[in-house]
Amino acid sequence: MDKWNLIINVDRCDNCNNCVLAAKDEYIGNEFPGYSAPAAKEGAELITITRKMRGDTPLVDAAYLIKMCNHCDNAPCMKVAGDAIRKREDGIVIIDPEKAKGRKDIVKSCPYGAIVWNEESELPQTWYFDAHLLDQGWTQPRCAQSCPTGVFEAVKISDDEMASRAEAEDLEVLQPQFGAKPRVYYRNLYRFSKCFIGATVIADIAGVEECVQGAEVTLFQSDSCVGMAKTDAFGEFKLDKLDPKSGSYTVKVQHPDHGALEVKATLNDSLYLGEMKLIKASATSRSETEKA
Amino acid sequence: MMKSTILRTILFGLGPAISFIARKSQSFREELSKHDCIFQMKTKNNKVGRYFTISGGKVTSASGIHPNPDLILSFNDVDVALKVLRPDAKIDFKVHAAKNFLMTVEGADSLANWVLQLLQRVAYEGFSYGKEMPDGCKRYTTLTNGGPLHVYVRDGKIVRLTPLEITDEDAPSWEVEARGRKFKPQRRAAVAPHALSTKGAVYSENRALYPMKRVDFDPNGERNQQNRGISGYERISWDEALDIVSTEIKRQKREYGPGSIFIPTSSHHQWGNVGYYLSSLIRFGNLIGFTRMEMNPDSWEGFFWGAQHHFGNSMRVGLSPTYGTLEDCLQEADQIVFWSHDPETTCHGYAGFESTERRMWGRELGIDFIHIDPYYNVTAQLFGGKWIPIRPTTDPALAIAIMHVWLTEELYDKEYVTERTTGFDEWRDYLLGTDDGVPKTPEWQEPETGVPARDVRALARSWAGKKTYLGVQLGGACRGATGAQWARCTYMLMAMQGWGKPGINMGGLSNGAPVDLNFYFPGYADGGISGDLEFTGNAVNNYQRMPHILTMNPVKQKIPKQKIPEAIIEGKATGYRWDCTSQEAQFTPFDYPMDGFSPVRMLYRYGASTFGTATDTGRWVDAYRHESIEFIVNQTVFVEGDAQYADIILPACTNLERWDIGEWTNCGGYGLDWMDAVNHRIIALQQKCIEPLGESKSDYQIFSDILERLGLSSVFTEGCSEFDWCKRIFDGSDLPQHISWKNFVKKGYFVVPAVHEKELRPAVSMRWFAEGRKKDIPEPFPLPSQYAEEFGYGAQTPSGKFEFVPTILKRNEAKNPDRPALNRYVPSWEGPHSEDLVGKYPLQMIATHSRYSFHTFSDNTMFTDQIKDHRVLIDGHYYWVARISLLDAEERGIKQNDLVKVYNARGAVLCAVDISPLVTPGVVKSFQSSAKYQPLDVDGEVLDIGGSLNVLTPSRSQTNGTHSMAPNSTMVQIEKFTNVDALNKARAA
Repeated sequence: MDKWNLIINVDRCDNCNNCVLAAKDEYIGNEFPGYSAPAAKEGAELITITRKMRGDTPLVDAAYLIKMCNHCDNAPCMKVAGDAIRKREDGIVIIDPEKAKGRKDIVKSCPYGAIVWNEESELPQTWYFDAHLLDQGWTQPRCAQSCPTGVFEAVKISDDEMASRAEAEDLEVLQPQFGAKPRVYYRNLYRFSKCFIGATVIADIAGVEECVQGAEVTLFQSDSCVGMAKTDAFGEFKLDKLDPKSGSYTVKVQHPDHGALEVKATLNDSLYLGEMKLIKASATSRSETEKA
Repeated sequence: MMKSTILRTILFGLGPAISFIARKSQSFREELSKHDCIFQMKTKNNKVGRYFTISGGKVTSASGIHPNPDLILSFNDVDVALKVLRPDAKIDFKVHAAKNFLMTVEGADSLANWVLQLLQRVAYEGFSYGKEMPDGCKRYTTLTNGGPLHVYVRDGKIVRLTPLEITDEDAPSWEVEARGRKFKPQRRAAVAPHALSTKGAVYSENRALYPMKRVDFDPNGERNQQNRGISGYERISWDEALDIVSTEIKRQKREYGPGSIFIPTSSHHQWGNVGYYLSSLIRFGNLIGFTRMEMNPDSWEGFFWGAQHHFGNSMRVGLSPTYGTLEDCLQEADQIVFWSHDPETTCHGYAGFESTERRMWGRELGIDFIHIDPYYNVTAQLFGGKWIPIRPTTDPALAIAIMHVWLTEELYDKEYVTERTTGFDEWRDYLLGTDDGVPKTPEWQEPETGVPARDVRALARSWAGKKTYLGVQLGGACRGATGAQWARCTYMLMAMQGWGKPGINMGGLSNGAPVDLNFYFPGYADGGISGDLEFTGNAVNNYQRMPHILTMNPVKQKIPKQKIPEAIIEGKATGYRWDCTSQEAQFTPFDYPMDGFSPVRMLYRYGASTFGTATDTGRWVDAYRHESIEFIVNQTVFVEGDAQYADIILPACTNLERWDIGEWTNCGGYGLDWMDAVNHRIIALQQKCIEPLGESKSDYQIFSDILERLGLSSVFTEGCSEFDWCKRIFDGSDLPQHISWKNFVKKGYFVVPAVHEKELRPAVSMRWFAEGRKKDIPEPFPLPSQYAEEFGYGAQTPSGKFEFVPTILKRNEAKNPDRPALNRYVPSWEGPHSEDLVGKYPLQMIATHSRYSFHTFSDNTMFTDQIKDHRVLIDGHYYWVARISLLDAEERGIKQNDLVKVYNARGAVLCAVDISPLVTPGVVKSFQSSAKYQPLDVDGEVLDIGGSLNVLTPSRSQTNGTHSMAPNSTMVQIEKFTNVDALNKARAA
């Protein structure tokens, strides 16, 4: 049995909000009998976007995480909802707009916060994969149809196929520890969940301060090398996909002509170390700085 | 004899034809029932004639001449009648006959307009349009400022809007090859968020749905100008509204004479060639006579006033052409410098996100991206690459220092500079400081720009070492006091690196797609139905391709857009011409008022966007309340901004509620061939999707109704409905060679086939110049007279070469030292050097083109307002967002999403704050274009809670001797707003 899954590429989202707007366009003011009552004009939204910024000026990045109902296979909401929520054969989880009337308790059941409460109609509501459109022959939900950057890939395949895709393509689900078995997968989630250490490597060259290109950067954690990089034309490097709050690191930078420097850092969240000014090997004492 | 018989037969057949249609079509029947009349058609000599009696929705006819008809359509002779009435009649002859009295109408104008449009309908009544969908919806097509949409409608209500999908039945897409890979664009319109939020705009609570009159405005008594924006409104009937407006137009003309009616507009409109302000509005204005608003090139200032003098491109408002640059950039370039250029936010004007996937290809091919911007903008966020934060308005200093590195390290294209340019020695002396003792080194610029000198050297070397594209376009750094300096620098940077050589050009992959630019369809600035040859692009193609009756404005007086308040309050203003046909015309001042014409006393304000988009906009409140302005009518879709200061509000519908026709991103004369920004040229019949909401009407209909009261409606309409005009525009384009009108009406759009043969694609812009060849790109300018030597060779400069020190500026600088020929760095007159300001207002504010609204459109509507990067909900009000750095927030004790007051001596605006490392310290980054202007008196202080940050921007022109704006030269202070109780009390009042 083929079932729907949604793959979201975090790396491609720039917060244009077309998916959010498409959901508003589809559900506000529209009733789809058998599927849903109109969504609330204001208040909590069926699809949300959260921003994550890493680093500091000027070595920063910003990523956006799109969240909606995960259509879990072990859906916590279904455990409290009784027959007010059903799981379709195609994997889609859908709240019955009649049976769920007044069931505010259902909202709290979702550990992802993906169920919103519609005050006006007294209904818990979710983004239900635009099932009413898929049932009419749409090949993808509206978020995918309206996304200009190709963030979304809606695939209808067997669970086995999806599992092997997730494995092969390094796809993740949100908070797997909940054990809810989401059907919404993320690509490049590290932009949200992991950290980087970066810096600007400079040196005095012929009496002038310059960016050092091509310096070797090595990242150590308790003596083992956990990352390597080379500085770019602006002397910058970024060692990514580190775990937040993962303790202390040593960053070693060296360049055959311009010297070396070693810095210790404690990683809580992403860290821009600022300028790292290389010191020629002839210098007797090595500079060590603690940054966090 | 024979011809008379044919004419008699045609006339005889007309009655049954009308009756036949009336039997088939209910709407036609209803229309036919609106008036009873006797309508005579005849030859002038009365030898052939037939009269039609329309009564109770039925038509009968009889041969001969009626003694007392209500309406007579008379033809000079049988030949004329036959040429006009035959089914395949040529529009050019019809227009000729109407213009030259070969065909005349006698009788009431309203009746004539009605009968003529009725006759048009006979030809197409019964055409079906829209596609039946499985869910019972009908799917229509429309176009917006952010792209084409399908509109699903059920029971007269819009269900959904989706980006237009291109199907297998449509023409295949182009393909480009680069570095061993092939790329094809997705077959779906990548539309902007403000397009996708259109349903929220159509059904916005802020729609103007009924004609309104300010309660204390009495056109026959007290007008109470001083209460504009204070007193409320009452609903009135259309008849009353139209009577008041038309009576006032007549009174103005009678009492003051030509010029007293002024029509200020917004810079944009809802998409479509019929309803556009450069179309219907100009036609209307010319028919009543009006003082014209002289625009300033508000999004391109520095390029128009500065850059063009180095090379030309005056017809492109100073911007560079983009032909062939997509393939060239993907195939050849190693690097793109996005300088003050954020196409993921501005959508390159109208093109939505069409170019986003091309930048993704560029990234996949390994092209490096560099971003120079005070804000780590969305393009940087999406694609990454080095971010060089810079203080606003200091960009020319950075550019000059880059050129200094190139010069001293010999990293520039010496051969190109020698052979293709002039004035480099003088420029070199400036860079080296030979002339002023100050070498323009990276260290020289560092305290000014905040960019470390080492980064400047790294940037300069990287730029010179790699084939680099420079992405600059609308908005950004060209909109500050140093805008012209910076725009000039961008051209000079290019010239030093061999502009036009493979991989070295301007653009950020936003343009240059190999669409077929030879396919003719007019753009929005090509004149539409205006009949105006002077202030639109009409004369170039549209007027020949779609003959229509010429209209002229007898009023020569004009008011510079940015000086409207001064013109009204002080009674005088000076502007400079925006005339792209010449590089010299911009030096010519014009004064308001103009001798012989009346000062303005009535405003026909079209739209409501001033407060969010002009500069120092608090000035407009005093102007609107000025007693010299006896009457203000505002024709608007939304009651917001300027509309709050009108005496009469005329509710216009959106373009989803009326017919129109247009092409995505085709702006005609405002940017020739700008359709190469989109991946597929999509021409749409903008189908009428729903009936106008409330009592709103199309702009066209409103004009027609007013003009009916002046006996001019049939001159205005030429007997055509908006649908008929769509057909005329269709007929005047290349569309009929590819699709029938009937099929186009049914389907709603057409995809212009792309150019697949590489030999037929346009050459790369500037390649001809780099190689010293004859110009080979398809743009009809410079004008033949503007070539220095031989036609087709060289630049639009007096030397024909790229001029580092422009001759044209040299010729004029004695009169105006504020516009020097040598592009010296002169810091912004309002900025960190303003010693009198920095103590009180230490932050530089940039409020740039917005992302989620198209200027003011779709702001202040229910979908868009909830976007958290657009507005933030605090205490039940959606506040505009001001972005600041962590450092500036910390210094001021400001927390995320606090309510803050952004202020300077010009005013104060309450915003929600967004704190992030994406903002350069010392900078307030926001957007302009709030649709809301809501000044509130809070404990004696006026605070705008709408978010119109342009209340704070200076009205001063960038330099003396220009009519330009410099909103990026704004110093402000920002502080946490604590007087919340008083605010909420004021809001509740």
